[in-house]
Amino acid sequence: MDFEKIERAARRRKLVMNIITYVLLSVWAVIVLFPFYWMVLTSVKGYGAYNSEWIPQMYTLSPTLQNYVEAFTAVPLGGYFTNTVIFTVITTALMLIVTVLAAFAFSRLHFRGKELSFTLFLSLMMIPTELVVITNYVTITNMDMRNTFAGLILPSVTSVFYIYLLKENFAQIPDELYYAAKVDGTSDLKYLLKVMIPICKPTIITITILKVIECWNSYVWPRLVTDDQAYFLVSNGIQEIRENGFGRENIPAMMAAVVVISLPLIVLFLLFRKKIMEGVSRGGTKG
Amino acid sequence: MENNNRKGWLYLLPAIAFLGLFMVYPLIDVFLYSFEEGYNFASQTYLGIGGYNYGYVLHDPYFLQALKNTFILVIITVPVSTGLALLISVGLSSIKKVRELYQTIFFLPYVTNTLAVGLVFMILFKQTPYTDGLANLILSWFNAGPVDFIDGPYWAKMFVLCLYTVWIVMPFKVLILTSALASVDEIYYNAAKVDGTSKFRIFTKITLPMISPTLFYLIITGFIGAFKAYSDAVALFGVDLNAAEMNTIVGYIYDMLYGNSGGYPSYASAAAIILFAIVLTITCINLLVSKKHVHY
Repeated sequence: MDFEKIERAARRRKLVMNIITYVLLSVWAVIVLFPFYWMVLTSVKGYGAYNSEWIPQMYTLSPTLQNYVEAFTAVPLGGYFTNTVIFTVITTALMLIVTVLAAFAFSRLHFRGKELSFTLFLSLMMIPTELVVITNYVTITNMDMRNTFAGLILPSVTSVFYIYLLKENFAQIPDELYYAAKVDGTSDLKYLLKVMIPICKPTIITITILKVIECWNSYVWPRLVTDDQAYFLVSNGIQEIRENGFGRENIPAMMAAVVVISLPLIVLFLLFRKKIMEGVSRGGTKG
Repeated sequence: MENNNRKGWLYLLPAIAFLGLFMVYPLIDVFLYSFEEGYNFASQTYLGIGGYNYGYVLHDPYFLQALKNTFILVIITVPVSTGLALLISVGLSSIKKVRELYQTIFFLPYVTNTLAVGLVFMILFKQTPYTDGLANLILSWFNAGPVDFIDGPYWAKMFVLCLYTVWIVMPFKVLILTSALASVDEIYYNAAKVDGTSKFRIFTKITLPMISPTLFYLIITGFIGAFKAYSDAVALFGVDLNAAEMNTIVGYIYDMLYGNSGGYPSYASAAAIILFAIVLTITCINLLVSKKHVHY
């Protein structure tokens, strides 16, 4: 009898705890999702309709795509977009080449000064970008590379952390494979391309995605070295649109631009959800 | 072996070239800049060597404003976001149904463009001639008057900045804490259950100590990240942060370097080194505190 009462009380307590948990999680989910909902909603409201709403409406009955047309015609959003794609692709490709070669040297080759140089590399991870950005700005300006892709890309290429991550992964490949390949007369480069890279593909995909996210969102460096709209990336583009974009305060068109800019990364995330989350938890930080 | 020596360095060459030119050299240079007085950007000459730049920066009211803003931001957002993240992660790990869905949703802010989504926050909080905005609509339900959160009083602006910062940093913290919670060995919980330990006691005596290294890692990276806040402020208040009284230390550095108030790399360098010193000090304090309290 008593036992039954205790058990019932315990079950009730568990149920209450469960409800509280779900409510808490759902509230946070709403807080996270609401800005996304609001941006999509606003982007399909007409300009006139939006500005006549003294009390913001939570839904719209007459959605329009006019704002998206405007976002691509009234401001050079397409140009910003293309620039960002070019910037992201080249930066990521260069980063991969540099990273793979360095990680290979550190994990597979034996040479004098390896330990020391690896320690120096690792210590570079602690250097905040704010410290080096000033001189880089002066360097790029002196080299006359402001408003060029070279100026945008070159300082953004290296990431010591990715070298470290890939080196750790490369080092897990058993030595026997390497000696077997050596016996067969395979060159180091061929071994790297045919054996190591395929084995470590998951890590390489992870760092590629992380770099793409980083490139897509980069704001500070592009802002410093570009003042010509023809070289703006999306972050600077959206800031430009905000400061003096559509002539008047055309917020729905602005939101359409925001949707267009946000969409690629969200799609990428939904496609590679596991990989991205795993990669970030292995040591990515925002920025 | 000789051959291998050269080959090793050859493979490293691209990395060394990039890092040397864009990281090591700038690092040395920034210290030199910060001591070069009266540096002229156009002619690249300077008048003398000394600590004047530091004195100038430390007496600049804009820098002091930026310093104050950054400290307020750090003091509010780091505890709030870490605490909230802990709460949400504990909630996440105690449920089974639709957990993946929640995890996916919670991670979304991480993959968004800070500048772009900041605009959404801006229109949610901004008061315009056409509308008071959604935030003020909610305030009016509680009979609170309309406040302009974007161009209005200091604390209103600071509130939005903190809110947006927390929103942005949460995904990383929730992700890290959830995996830390999942890696606590089930055996401890089972032992506690056998002893009939209460849930609260299990949490404070087992869970917290087990995840304390992760928690401190998050607090340290949280401090570092919050001290470097900049683009979220730009997203909300525009590029002229000094006029909005919402500048941060990093914002001050960039303003000194570039834009209408720019052209002073020496001042920017001095400010950057002050920032670095602050971050280093706070990190050291954190490490000392964590040595005392973190159980491995």
